Amino acid sequence: MTDRLLATMSAITHRYGDVVALDGLNLEIRTGEVLAILGPNGAGKTTAIGLLLGSLRAQQGTVRVFGHEPGATAVRLRRGAMLQVSGVPDTLTVAENLELFSSYYPAPLPVLRLLTMAGLEKLGDRRYGRLSGGQKQRVMFALALAGDPELVFLDEPTTGLDVEARRSLWNEIRDLKATGRTAVLTTHNLEEADALADRIAVFHQGRVVAEGTSAEIKSRAAGRRIRCITSVNRDEVAAMPGVARVEVSGQHLEVLTARPEELLRELFALDSELRDLQVTGAALEDAFLALIRDDDQAKAA
Amino acid sequence: MQATNAGAPRPPLSRRASIYVLEARAEFLTLARMPAFTVPTLLFPLMFYAFFGVVMKFSPSAPTYLLATYGVFGLMGPSLYGFGVGFANARDSGQLLLKQTTPMPVAAYLAARIATALVFGMAIVISLFLLGAYAADVTLYRWQWFALAGIVLASVIPFCALGLAIGAWVKAQSAVAIVNIVYLPMAFLSGLWMPIALLPSFLQKLAIVFPAYHQAQLTLKVINMDQGGSAGGHVLIIGIFTVIFLVIAAAGFRRVSQR
Repeated sequence: MTDRLLATMSAITHRYGDVVALDGLNLEIRTGEVLAILGPNGAGKTTAIGLLLGSLRAQQGTVRVFGHEPGATAVRLRRGAMLQVSGVPDTLTVAENLELFSSYYPAPLPVLRLLTMAGLEKLGDRRYGRLSGGQKQRVMFALALAGDPELVFLDEPTTGLDVEARRSLWNEIRDLKATGRTAVLTTHNLEEADALADRIAVFHQGRVVAEGTSAEIKSRAAGRRIRCITSVNRDEVAAMPGVARVEVSGQHLEVLTARPEELLRELFALDSELRDLQVTGAALEDAFLALIRDDDQAKAA
Repeated sequence: MQATNAGAPRPPLSRRASIYVLEARAEFLTLARMPAFTVPTLLFPLMFYAFFGVVMKFSPSAPTYLLATYGVFGLMGPSLYGFGVGFANARDSGQLLLKQTTPMPVAAYLAARIATALVFGMAIVISLFLLGAYAADVTLYRWQWFALAGIVLASVIPFCALGLAIGAWVKAQSAVAIVNIVYLPMAFLSGLWMPIALLPSFLQKLAIVFPAYHQAQLTLKVINMDQGGSAGGHVLIIGIFTVIFLVIAAAGFRRVSQR
């Protein structure tokens, strides 16, 4: 399958004073995909979104969206955005806000359709200021879709939401893909990236340290997570071959390793009493932490 | 707040018109539903006029003089609050940033705020005129009523520019306080609350540094109660003030967009 490129960021370096937010970043957005930009706070996710939206001007490198400058009107007409910090007037109703934003576009989605897509059917007449946090995020989501965009940017869409509100917004985001739209999502929530994205770009200190499907990212990290109760102490285990990380959780020792068979042989040799053994595939979180640690080590070297 | 138009045809007139209408309606409803905005801006000029122009009437000409100056005062409220406080709020809450991601024309955003100030201004002017004509027995030629209303409403231009200059620089939390610091002393010192001739002479001389003074003098010309400066001079000074305010506002926008 040849993926058509919808947007590209090439060799982007962006500074705020002495702080380097993006450091030679390269990123591609392909038609029809949900791309998750995953990274800890301060990794440069929001700066990347700002550049893709044209609200920040590139200091070095180039950004192209639909082949244009990202802030061009031709681009604005075809994309929507949900920002991290934004809002609409508290005293306007949900429907009034949607109607206003719809007027900016040549072929907007009908307001009723937007309400349905965002799960706001019963809240059209409610003033924005009287909504809950989750409902407000849904309004922001609906506003991002007002112009029937081909490309939607979602900057930390579920930050600050409770579990239930987060899950239900996930469903709306999944539906986006079903309608053939392309979405770029930033998050520091691994579960979110895992649940929604076709492709994940892991950001760390302004660069992409890994890129691929959720499964590919997981496989790049140490392969297995071993959990057991043993008399072998933590530091000893940490020195064993292939061990990426050791944690003590209650009575249990949790070990992340690339070579599980070898490690288990050594553990059993030292402690024949080893019990309550569990071996599982590494979670995305393990992969993520391992990638960031490798990156830090590579830099220190 | 710049939008490049590369590759995008201008939208048809009907759609552009609907953006302007909906934007203005949204801005009007936003403010009209905020009693903290509507009550002081609508009530203060009427209340002050009722006290000083109708009840106290410190001279036979006071009701007529104050009708003109409270009209100017009435326009200052919605212009300074709508632009100053409204803009600072929209920026600091991220509302502006969200709109900037859309293809909304910047002109529609500004026009909506000017139109809203004009609608509130019109309501104030009509109420003041009814109060003056029926409660204070102010009698004027018909052309004078219309000229008075026209010049008062035109003051929306310098005052919106001043509001924008304030809103572009101050934080949302301090916007109301800063607007009040500008608005209330300037109104008093420009002779809007009581005839300027009643102020000490050094304050009368100071008044020329306030755009509201020139706006008031221009308005008072219609009823021959001004201090005798030339109309053209006042218009020129108001124009210069407006340009200065817009330059200050533009510098404020640049500062924000470089962050």
